Formats: sequence, structure tokens, C-alpha cells
Amino acid sequence: MIVLLIYIVIFIVAFVVVRLITQRMTAIHDFTSLKTVTFGDESTVRPNRWASIISVASVFLIWGAFTGSHWTPVHVPGPFVGDTEFTYLLEAPDGSRDEATVFVRVFNVGEKADAMEVDPGDGFAKNDSATVLAWRSKLVPMDKNDEVTRKDGAKVVEVDGQPIEPGGTVDVADGRVVMTGKGTLNFSPDSGLQMEPVWLPPPEAVVKRLVEISKDGYQNFTLWEHLGWSLYRVILGFFLGAIVGIPLGYAMGLSDWFRGWFDPIVEFMRPVPPLALIPLVIIWAGIGETGKIILLFLASLWIMTIAARAGVSGVQITKVHAAYSLGASKWQLMRYVIMPNSLPEIFTGARVAMGVCWGTVVAAELVAAEKGAGMMIMVASRFQLTDIVLMGIILIGVIGYGIDIAMRKCEDVLVPWKGKG
Amino acid sequence: MSTLSIDNVSMRFDIPDGSHIQALKDITLELKTGELMSVLGPSGCGKSTLLNIIAGFMAPTEGKLTLNNVPITKPGAERGMVFQQGALFDWMSVRENVSFGPRMGGQSPSEYDENVDHLLDVVGLQDFKSKAVYELSGGMQQRVALARCLANKPDVILMDEPLGALDALTREKMQSLVLKLWKETGKTIVLITHSVEEALLLGERLLVMAPRPGRIHKEYRLPFADMGVGADLREIKKHPDYAPTREEILSMIWNMEEEIMGRTEGEKS
Ligand SMILES: Nc1ncnc2c1ncn2[C@@H]1O[C@H](COP(=O)(O)OP(=O)(O)OP(=O)(O)O)[C@@H](O)[C@H]1O
Ligand SMILES: [Mg+2]
Repeated sequence: MIVLLIYIVIFIVAFVVVRLITQRMTAIHDFTSLKTVTFGDESTVRPNRWASIISVASVFLIWGAFTGSHWTPVHVPGPFVGDTEFTYLLEAPDGSRDEATVFVRVFNVGEKADAMEVDPGDGFAKNDSATVLAWRSKLVPMDKNDEVTRKDGAKVVEVDGQPIEPGGTVDVADGRVVMTGKGTLNFSPDSGLQMEPVWLPPPEAVVKRLVEISKDGYQNFTLWEHLGWSLYRVILGFFLGAIVGIPLGYAMGLSDWFRGWFDPIVEFMRPVPPLALIPLVIIWAGIGETGKIILLFLASLWIMTIAARAGVSGVQITKVHAAYSLGASKWQLMRYVIMPNSLPEIFTGARVAMGVCWGTVVAAELVAAEKGAGMMIMVASRFQLTDIVLMGIILIGVIGYGIDIAMRKCEDVLVPWKGKG
Repeated sequence: MSTLSIDNVSMRFDIPDGSHIQALKDITLELKTGELMSVLGPSGCGKSTLLNIIAGFMAPTEGKLTLNNVPITKPGAERGMVFQQGALFDWMSVRENVSFGPRMGGQSPSEYDENVDHLLDVVGLQDFKSKAVYELSGGMQQRVALARCLANKPDVILMDEPLGALDALTREKMQSLVLKLWKETGKTIVLITHSVEEALLLGERLLVMAPRPGRIHKEYRLPFADMGVGADLREIKKHPDYAPTREEILSMIWNMEEEIMGRTEGEKS
């Protein structure tokens, strides 16, 4: 909730600040900046670079702020760490009362803490000492060392001077004391607003992991082998799908028999998400490489078929007529008109297929694999190694994004006429 | 002497709802080599249909067509077509577009290079040879289409509103170009247009078609095309016969349109 609120505040503040600054600064008048109708003219909406930079930076800032990262200057209040104390008032069955102090040492994750040596003090209630991990709570068996214990009928009636009874809560200096139903005290130090590393490790922990794993590997394979295998599966599966799918799509676009024969199959398979095929593929081909390649083949096959079919159907009839009038044979029409004309559609399909394949391979590796990006995060999550999980997710995202950029670059080079005809 | 002969051609489109459209009825026409014929008529009178039949994109329901006594059954290199727009190959450069026909015919670059370069010169695109077609303006694209058609050395050139999408000035320049090419190459040309002026200027023969069913309404033989070769087309328009002919054809087409309107309104009420 707070995170969302902070995010919205950063969004608005950044917007206002950047607007103010750029309005002062821009003397550049390119064509778009001279357009007066901008609201509603989609072509004038170009991603604001500042917004992108601030957006990414603020994600890291918030991440760092809520995990106590060393990299961010500001933090939300962290959990209490250090020594604290609270007192309790023990009432013996005879009605006499004595006060004692509980010294608590709250230590951070990954640290070791020794219990404090405390002076037992006087009276029948003796001082206690306890240690507790930040974000956790601890039952304090405060009366163990007392001369009159709960077994003897003694009970705690006050904590830090405030009355308490079973089920009740008292706020103390650096935390809260809850009395259990049986009358024991349970101390929870203040947890602050930061996330526990098990839930969300700070960015530097993720980077440290990345360095460590790229040096030493994880689960018998180096990081590059994990990622390389995932990528290899995607590319192999995609290529097999394209090699079968594109000719099939052409055939469907050019022959009524092929169209009739494969239409029901393609239209049926199209809405089936590849993930739904994982169980079947595992039954048929096992969890090895073959199964994964078959899955990715199926994932890209239908997309490529449909893209190629659309590419053929999309050819303008005047272009076909023109080619025939210029003396082209059927084969020449295919080679010089239909194939190049369908390239933009095929590229669009290939981009979609690559994205779907990348998602599918990760999912398949989550289910079963001995290497791969998905396997890495799955195994890590079993051991609650959240930093590896996060690292894996980030790498998967970065690679997926990279694939898409690479495909777009290819597109620009190979089909420069796209969308301009 | 080679001729394009159209003999009693009719075309009937069957419509899925059971009715049918008589797009052409008993068209008989003969075109000699080197004749330039423009075709005028209200929208929907079957001009494009006639041209597509000559090109061989569809077969007529009745009648037959021959070019040099060879029946026309399918598209062929001897009948070149210039479309209104969108028929260029976007994935090829200007030069590749123009040399498409010869290349498909199996000629080697040494055979067609000279002619292609010459044609690019003629249409004024020598500096745009290696440009992609989507980088050209509409008028330039139409010149590419014209050059591409000519490079294939067809006997007959068919044009369906080739200049329809151009602005007035570019259009006039293109009209001069068509006249020049016609005289230089001696091709038989059939040109469909919506503009009466264009039909007058570019029609050695001018065919006015009438709709429902599509038929030949009247044919003119005009002197303006011959005069226009190498001359200023605006001067031609000052010729004493020009304006009266234009008015006559305009009112003819106007009346046809009126009649169509009247008929559809009559059908409604
Ligand atoms: N494929 C088709 N199926 C059914 N009817 C058609 C088809 N093609 C043309 N027609 C009909 O035939 C008639 C003639 O069409 P055509 O395109 O030849 O007209 P046009 O004279 O070229 O018109 P415009 O000047 O508007 O281009 C029209 O009534 C049209 O509706
Ligand atoms: Mg037409």
C-alpha cells in the first residue's frame, strides 16, 4: 500500500519537475515539437526518455529503500536491531509483587548473538536475558529463574507498568509484548517497514549472487550454461516450428485443399496455450530434451503457420495481376511476389513466436529440467534463495527483451518496406 | 496488321443472393496496332471489367477476344497493364521493378540493361534507380509503373485510371509523357479514365460506355491526341472543336448519371 503510494508520488513529482525543467530548456524545434495538435495525435507521443530513466531508477530506489540497501541513500525505517529491555511485574499467590527486567538482544540476519550476562537482581523475580532475530518474535520464559514460578501460581500482571492479562498486548520501548493464553510473554521487536531478505533481498545481494553464480555456477552448471541451454532450446524449437510452419502456411494460402485440410487443426490448436501441452508432452516424450523441443516446436508451429498464411492472403491482387501480366510463371510469382510480400507478416509472427517460446521454455524448465533458467529459479525457490530467484527472473526478462530487440533489428534490415507500401 | 479484336463479349456476374449483374453486354470492338483509345463512362458501367477481360484476368461469359488472331485466355506478357496504384513491388528497387518483366522472361542483364536505363531516362527517374519504391511520390511511382510495363515490350498497353490519383499538374505532365511514349513506341493503348479532358486529350479514339448493362454508347475519332504529341496540352484545349466536344460528352455522361439516379429512386418508391 505504502509502496504504491510512494510510487504514485514519485510519478507525479517527476512529471512536474521534468516538465518544468524541459520547458525552460527546450529550444529545439523539430517537426513534431511544432505540431500544435498533440493530444490525440498518436504520432506525437514518443516515449519521454526522462520518464523512462526515472521510472527504472525509482523501481531500484524503492526496492533499495524497502530492503535497507547500501546503494540507496534513503531507507524506510528498518527493523529494530540492538539491545532493549522491558520490565514485568510478577504477582505471587500470596499477593506480594516484585518487578524484574528482561534484557533482549535483537540481532540481524546472518549475525550471531550471544545472550547478555545479566545481574539477577533482588526480590523473588529475577532479571532475564533473551536474544531474538529481527522480524521474528520470541517467547520469554521470564519466570524460569524466578523464586516463585507460574507453576506455583505466580502470574505477570504488568509489563512496563501497564496492566496485562492473557491475550493482551503492551507496547514497549522497541517492540511489543503479547501475553499468550498460558501467561508467557512473547516479545516481537519493531519490524519497521523494510522487507525481510527472505522475501525480498536488497539489490546488492542479487548482484552479489550474480557475480558468484557466474563464477561458480549453480547446480552443476555454470550460469551461462543454464541460460545458453534455455536459449538453445528456444532457437531450435522455433526454427523447427518455422521450417514446418511457413511452408504449411504458404500451402494453406495457395491451395484450397490444404486450407480445408489444415484449417480445423490450426484453428483448434491456436487457442491451446503451449503450457497446457506440457503434461502431455511429458507423458509422450519424457522430461528430457526431446520433450522440450517438441513443446517449443508446437508452440511456434501454429503461430508461424498462421503468420505465413496471413502473409499470402495479404498480397494485393493487383500485384499478382501485375506479375502475371509481366510474364511471370507460377513459380516466379511465388518466389518474387508472394514470398517477399509475406515477409513482414512472417517477421511479426516470428517475434510473437520467439516471445511465446521463451515463456514456454522457462515454464517447462520450472516443471522439470536439470539445466536452464527456469530450473535454476525453481530449485532456488525450494531453498528459499530469493536472491537467486530474483536474479533468474531479471535475467529471463532481460534475455526476452534482448530477443525482441534483436528480432526488430533484423526486421528493419530485412523488410525495410514494412508498413510503407 | 496486328489487331486486338473483341467480338460480342458479355460478362455477367452471379451474386450469391441469386441475382446477377450484367456488367457488359455485346461489346464488339477492333483496335489496330498503334491506336490509342480512351474509355469513358459513368461509374460502374463495366470499364474495369472490360479491361480485366482483355488483360486475361477473367474470362467473359460470352464472346471471344483475340490478339493477332490468338485467343486471349490468360494474362500474358504481350498485354501489359498499368494499374491505378499499389501494383509496384515494394521489396524491389525502382530499377528491379522496371526490369522485372525481362528478368522473368529469362533475359540476362546485358540484354535488358540498356533498354531499362533508357526507359528510366524517358520517365525522368534516372537519379532514382536504386531508391526503394516507397521512397517515391505518387507521380513518380506511376512513372515507374509505366516504365515497368514498357520494359516488357508488350503489344498492347492497358491502363485503368493510371493517373487518377495524381494532382492536376503532375497529371498533365504524365499525359504528355503518355502521348510521347505512344508516338515513339507505336504501341496500342487502351486507357480508362474518369476525366473527360483526359479522354479527349489522350483519345485518338474515344469510347463512351453506358451502364446497365454495360455497353458501347458512342465512339469518337478525335484529332487532339495527334496534335498533343510534343505540344503544350493547354494550347490544344483552345482548339475550336475542343470545347464543344467536351460539352457534348459531359452532358451525355451527365444524362446517364441522371438516368441511373432516377431509376434507383424510382425503384425505391
Ligand atoms: N467481382 C465482381 N462480382 C460481382 N460484381 C462485380 C464484380 N466486379 C464488378 N462487378 C460489377 O460489375 C459492374 C461493373 O464494374 P466495373 O468495376 O467494371 O465498373 P467501372 O466502370 O470500372 O466503374 P468505376 O468507374 O467506378 O471504376 C458494377 O456494377 C460492379 O458492381
Ligand atoms: Mg474501374
